[in-house]
Amino acid sequence: MNANAELRAIRPESSEAGGYDVERIRRDFPILSQKVWDKPLVYLDNAATTQKPRAVLDAIQSYYEESNANVHRGVHLLSEKATRLYEEARIEIARFLNARDPREVIFVRGATEGINLVAQTLGRQRVGPGDEVLITGMEHHSNIVPWQMLCEERGAKLVVCSFDDAGQLRLEELEQKMGPHTKLLAVTHVSNALGTVNPIRRIVDMAHRHGVRVLVDGAQAAPHLAVDVQALDADFYVLSGHKLYGPTGIGILYGKSEILEAIPPWQGGGDMILSVTFEKTVYNKIPYKFEAGTPDIAGAVGLAAAVRYLSGLGLAAVEAHEADLLAYGTRRLAEVPGLRMIGTAAAKAGVLSFVLDEVHPHDIGTILDREGVAVRAGHHCAQPVMQRYGIPATARASLGLYNTREEIDALVTALLKVNEVFR
Amino acid sequence: MKGELSDLYQEVVVDHGKRPRNFHKLEGATHKAEGLNPLCGDHLTLYIKLDGDVIQEVSFEGSGCAISKASASVMTGILKGKTKGEAEVLFDRFHAMVTKGPGGGELDLEALGKLAIFSGVWEFPTRVKCASLAWHTLHSALRGEGAPVSTE
Repeated sequence: MNANAELRAIRPESSEAGGYDVERIRRDFPILSQKVWDKPLVYLDNAATTQKPRAVLDAIQSYYEESNANVHRGVHLLSEKATRLYEEARIEIARFLNARDPREVIFVRGATEGINLVAQTLGRQRVGPGDEVLITGMEHHSNIVPWQMLCEERGAKLVVCSFDDAGQLRLEELEQKMGPHTKLLAVTHVSNALGTVNPIRRIVDMAHRHGVRVLVDGAQAAPHLAVDVQALDADFYVLSGHKLYGPTGIGILYGKSEILEAIPPWQGGGDMILSVTFEKTVYNKIPYKFEAGTPDIAGAVGLAAAVRYLSGLGLAAVEAHEADLLAYGTRRLAEVPGLRMIGTAAAKAGVLSFVLDEVHPHDIGTILDREGVAVRAGHHCAQPVMQRYGIPATARASLGLYNTREEIDALVTALLKVNEVFR
Repeated sequence: MKGELSDLYQEVVVDHGKRPRNFHKLEGATHKAEGLNPLCGDHLTLYIKLDGDVIQEVSFEGSGCAISKASASVMTGILKGKTKGEAEVLFDRFHAMVTKGPGGGELDLEALGKLAIFSGVWEFPTRVKCASLAWHTLHSALRGEGAPVSTE
């Protein structure tokens, strides 16, 4: 184990030693076998979204073919089946995150919705004029804008902690910025633009010492490392299903039950109530209090299939495979003339972000695409990170559990072609 | 390099992208507009000095990909001495070329002059916005619209 290990919350996972057969794993993902522009697809845009294994596609298909009905409503058999599948999905995801109680797992549309939910419930309840919400300079827009909106509404102040040139949070500064008016800290577990893995447990302990509640954006972490919400001790943890090999439109907000019980509901509607009269509505218990309207039942079923698939491979095995790819990629990319890595933290996961002398990332993206290599070019919804480095954008290759060293080689070869065009 | 890619990244395009012409602020500009492509972060400011209806000088500043910079560079070169009306006609021709390609009607490469180096863009739908950003910005500058132009 390297030094990263102590910065992460690692739960032991069962995996057969040496049993990580990436070629077999690739066959589980139907989309990967296609060609683009007559070249084998090299999909390195996993931080944007991941591809889906057959198990997820089948689970969604069979849900609609065999069990579709609305949940928590009908007395008929199909409704009972749909409800059972939906609630079993919650239990499986709770187990995946090591939550104490499935009631702490709320289905939302994605990490973004989870953050907005917390901003508009706990945020509105706790944050008043003169208060502060603390975030970091490496947040995704989804973990900036909801807090900005909250601060504007409540007359509060958004305070930002900076990071060093390697892309590592300045923890001393973070603690200094936790003052008597700090009500909440929102911090990413893994930076989508830099790949930095933040030492969440240390940060959470620090925040709790100052009476600050913590929301962790786990959208980029959950696909790469085992997440144990109890070990992390975060008050809230959000993730997106589609970045975790599950479908789009579904995500998770984890919250400690005592906090979820104490905050007001968010959206009003069906399912989130116990009784409604025109005079008074009695809200449902958690988690239903936060799940107004018919949920994305098929999405929940698909996400459960995804976490089952991941657990089957073993997060530790996935992590080891990706750590090897990341190290290999870092080494190989250094061979490309004019290439500069953006984000060189000691603890990283899944992301190779870089710029190339004189070549704009958008041009890199187009040329790579024609070589079959899919990467993201742009600001990665993290414009402040780009501003921090004084660059408009980066090209980003992001890794998934099915990527191979050969694909990294294809990336490097394609980058050499970019240099040829712009010679 | 494959055909389509070499159509897009013609040597002249790469050269204009690397060494854009008229790439500076313009003192005494009568018109100015900002163009943004929020998708990739391209950002340019266009300056125009109008004398009556005639574009006397035009320049730009900003950052962007090779296609967007080359497009702004060539555009600013071509517009000097043109009237507003002539500029609008060129914009329409340019726009038809990058969106529809040769199949989109009678593409008169001769009338397009230097702009013809962007005739490969239509094969890259994701790059049409890059090529047309400068032109949309021009449109806004000439009409004196205050708000920045966005490709979205």
